[in-house]
Amino acid sequence: MSHSEETSQVTVLPPNKEKIKQLWTVAGILGIITAIEFVIAFTMHHGPLKTSIFVALTIVKAAYIVGEFMHLRYEVKVLFWSILIPIIFIAWMLVAFVYEGMAIATVR
Amino acid sequence: MGASYGKLMMWFFLLSDAFTFSALLITYGLVRSSHHAYSGAVEAFKFSTEYWPIPERVYESIPFFHGLEAPLVFVGIMTFILIMCSVTMVLAVEAGHRMDRPAVEKWMIWTILGGIAFLSCQAWEWTHFIHGAHEGRSVVDGTTFFGANLIQNQYGPSDFADFFFFITGFHGFHVFSGVCFNFLIYYNTVTGVYERRGHYEMVEKVGLYWHFVDLVWVFVFTFFYLV
Repeated sequence: MSHSEETSQVTVLPPNKEKIKQLWTVAGILGIITAIEFVIAFTMHHGPLKTSIFVALTIVKAAYIVGEFMHLRYEVKVLFWSILIPIIFIAWMLVAFVYEGMAIATVR
Repeated sequence: MGASYGKLMMWFFLLSDAFTFSALLITYGLVRSSHHAYSGAVEAFKFSTEYWPIPERVYESIPFFHGLEAPLVFVGIMTFILIMCSVTMVLAVEAGHRMDRPAVEKWMIWTILGGIAFLSCQAWEWTHFIHGAHEGRSVVDGTTFFGANLIQNQYGPSDFADFFFFITGFHGFHVFSGVCFNFLIYYNTVTGVYERRGHYEMVEKVGLYWHFVDLVWVFVFTFFYLV
């Protein structure tokens, strides 16, 4: 009897203030980077430099989302690398295909 | 690998999903870079099939303000919504770690509402994109064409609208399934399934999926609306 009462009792821990503050900080950083992207979108001319800045900022945002929100930064190293290393294929595919596309543009 | 079977499998699923999205976005990159880029001034820009359109002249409308030019404002709102409901999701995960059922319920509701808000915004954006606005574009037979379909569109080469529909559509479908999963998790939380189970790991797993959807949007946002 007393045993069943014990199992239905759930211990609720108080909010982890530090952790919650850190999460809001990450959200703030994501918001600020997006705001910077907006400013750049309207103040710079279209060109390779603008594109590279956007790509760099996007990678920073992606790193924050995957590392903090998805908690990958705090996982075991084996898991961390088995997710990150396959991304090399995507990077290679991107370089190869965009290069090919620019080659097509010169023939058109 | 220090993670439970379910979480590990979610990670590998997301990796494979990342490859799918990369294939779509990189194909977009190939087709876009094989078209000529518009090199003139932004103010003088006119829609043409000769070059790829510049995003700030395509996405410049917001609901209820007809005729007002507000480039990229609406998509900025959508990005804000998605970042916010990523935060509420991670707060639900945090509450789950503490076995705090009311807090999990509260943050899951906010996440679901955010997801629905995003989908509604996308529905409006698609409607606007399909019906078209501005002056339209003259086509070969002498008439003016407004909006977009898979064959032709007023904004630029037909590939432009095709990729818009496929990539934002595929992402929107992910958001939709994410909202369904979130609702399932919310339902199970309310009925006490996870409390009886003794842990809220399902919130974490679906949270991973939801953050991934946010992650994809970060890339779609850059390559469709900014570059």
